[in-house]
Amino acid sequence: MDPRHPNHFQHTEREAMEFDVIIVGAGPAGLSAAIRLRQLANEAEHELSVCVIEKGSEVGAHILSGAVMDPCALSELISDWKAQGAPLNTPVTRDEFLFLTESKAIKLPAPPQMHNEGNYIISLGNLCRWLAEQAEAVGVEIFAGFAGAQVLYHEDGSVKGVATGDMGIAKDGSPGHNYEPGVELHARVTLFGEGCRGSLSKEVMESFKLREGADPQTYGIGIKELWEVDAAKHKPGKVIHSLGWPLEHSIYGGAFLYHLENNQVAVGFVVGLDYQNPWLSPFEEMQRFKLHPAIRPLFEGGRRVSYGARALSEGGIQSLPKLAFPGGALIGDSAGFLNVPRIKGSHCAIKSGMLAAEAAFEQFRSQSEGAITPDYTEALKASWLWKELHQARNLRPAFARWGLVGGVAYSALDTYLFRGKAPWTFHHHDDHTQLKSAADCPKIDYPKPDGKITFDRLSSVFLSAANHEESQPAHLRLKDESVPVAHNLKLYQAPEQRYCPAGVYEIVATEQDEPRLQINAQNCVHCKTCDIKDPTQNINWVVPEGGGGPNYPNM
Amino acid sequence: MKILVAVKRVVDANVKVRVNGDNTGVELANVKMAMNPFCEIAVEEAVRLKEKGVASEVVAVTIGPKAAQEQLRTALALGADRAIHIQTEEHVESLVVAKLLATVVEAEQPGLTILGKQAIDTDNNQTGQMLAALTGMAQGTFASEVKVDNDKVAVTREIDGGLQTIELILPAVITTDLRLNEPRYAKLPDIMKAKKKPLDVKWPTDLGVAVQSKLTLLKVESPAERKGGIKVGSVDELVDKLKNEAKVI
Repeated sequence: MDPRHPNHFQHTEREAMEFDVIIVGAGPAGLSAAIRLRQLANEAEHELSVCVIEKGSEVGAHILSGAVMDPCALSELISDWKAQGAPLNTPVTRDEFLFLTESKAIKLPAPPQMHNEGNYIISLGNLCRWLAEQAEAVGVEIFAGFAGAQVLYHEDGSVKGVATGDMGIAKDGSPGHNYEPGVELHARVTLFGEGCRGSLSKEVMESFKLREGADPQTYGIGIKELWEVDAAKHKPGKVIHSLGWPLEHSIYGGAFLYHLENNQVAVGFVVGLDYQNPWLSPFEEMQRFKLHPAIRPLFEGGRRVSYGARALSEGGIQSLPKLAFPGGALIGDSAGFLNVPRIKGSHCAIKSGMLAAEAAFEQFRSQSEGAITPDYTEALKASWLWKELHQARNLRPAFARWGLVGGVAYSALDTYLFRGKAPWTFHHHDDHTQLKSAADCPKIDYPKPDGKITFDRLSSVFLSAANHEESQPAHLRLKDESVPVAHNLKLYQAPEQRYCPAGVYEIVATEQDEPRLQINAQNCVHCKTCDIKDPTQNINWVVPEGGGGPNYPNM
Repeated sequence: MKILVAVKRVVDANVKVRVNGDNTGVELANVKMAMNPFCEIAVEEAVRLKEKGVASEVVAVTIGPKAAQEQLRTALALGADRAIHIQTEEHVESLVVAKLLATVVEAEQPGLTILGKQAIDTDNNQTGQMLAALTGMAQGTFASEVKVDNDKVAVTREIDGGLQTIELILPAVITTDLRLNEPRYAKLPDIMKAKKKPLDVKWPTDLGVAVQSKLTLLKVESPAERKGGIKVGSVDELVDKLKNEAKVI
């Protein structure tokens, strides 16, 4: 068996459980698919068992998003969401779009994609907590604290389900004294809703060659903090986006500031992972952003209450893989449904989950046994989601081609003149091949954290409440142990020390005074950036024991 | 023999708690909750005694809001046979908890009642002792080993500077210390089965106990931030600082 899987040692027979549908990941896509399946089954009085597993210690523990949400998809799923108490409490009241220079903030007209009338500032984690309640009410079984660790296949190659990870494994990989083997979950359909760069999704994309004919996926890393600010500075419903400083104009990225309820402000910073300078540190860019003279006053006298990070898929429809395969489908950001110009993806995730559920259910009705292929591609192409992503498709790659100024100019042209219908489509490249050698790039000096508005990585990770059972083997696996020093350190000055927002990677000296890469896996916030950006794809992110990772409240 | 295990819903041990805006408590909105770790040890011990054939039934009980049923389901997944939820949305102090548990002891007549030595939210370390006093049962607190022998139980206690072994006549109350055992992980099939195990809901008024507070919480504050360390240049400087700044020698 593949040693990448935590289950590569098999000491005990695993128990197996049978369901009609297994969904990996209790995010907006997975929970929406589960709810839709059970709604359809209940309407048709069709028996259908749906099981959702979630690696976080509870639903919402690993969810991190801005988030401004367009409720269109939620309304399709649960039309009376308001009456059911969905946590969409803060309607957007004001949109601001800023271009930052080092000392100035210039207000730009917000492009139409960024108009947010009718949208809400939410905590996506809390929305998922609520969706989980709705799902359980319609008969979905949800198991949090269980990680999907391995894809199971039938002899004919179709997906048979997933196995959850073993618990209680010792550092050397042997079973510890409270060892508990994982469980095999068998199903006719397995939906992968792991979010961006899911570890099992990555495997099924390889197994079924789902990426053939698609552009490489391109990613960003989003780093977010939640603050409680001075009540006098708090304007519930206010949305600010910015471009420009502190990023170089060749880098795609920007910031958001969302004023939620209860004097909370979500501040986030997104950096495209196609950046080229290995000295760049998205974490430090985010910290520096808060020092801008137009931004800093908001945080003065405030208190940072939470921190986290997550990679996001920015490729759009050019990068969408084939969505379905025998025995399953990819949904949500596992496939990559984020709408980059709108800076939103949760409505797309919900819709994709619903479409996959509908396609699967139709087949359950017509096919009484065997693995099902829930191909929702046609339904997707007929939906508003496709139209929306198609219109948006050229904006992100335009920034990669022409930098900030060219990107903004092209976006204006594409949006106002072509209205998203330009007769061409720009393509993407792999993010991990983009780094230039450190010697060829200017070193970036970041200001030291002040402990009030800017912070270091460790005090930040502390606020993510990240925790992993200490005794287990590291869940960040190196394919070749020599690469971090012989290649990454030599050429790029160990960029993993800078792109990791949680201080997982550290070059330390051995007793012989030789450099060595130390992996502090316990700090990991499951953002997946290392799996994406490592130049030779030498780092493989696998799931740790279930329940490990961050414990985000209200993120 | 029947074993009664009391469990409490508390903020998860991995969560870094923070004081709320008006200094009346810690922030609880959407914070991950879990079974108090000492209660998990209590459940584990009870289940092991059942597996050894010493106990015939394990009953889990909790007092708290509706959501505390999650912790009862966890206890059921870990091996308890049935559960009792005494539901109240109000804050309950140790004495009220002990009085409510005493009514359950009266009704269930367990041979052993196992509790955590304290809950990690308020760290009172009172309920087990109060329950023993109210019911007249013998008590073995801070247990690191429990051996049942017919109508007696030997409890090894963690005390200052060593271990103390006492023998109690059943029925008895035991409170668990950290080293008693290492709780198992709940299995996924057992979590599913736990959803179907019996869970009774009762109200404090049904049990004739008034939920009232004898204590008033005045204020909750974060501890003062720790100052960073300093490097001293010499032994003399160190001695000087210890004497004159820290005033510890």
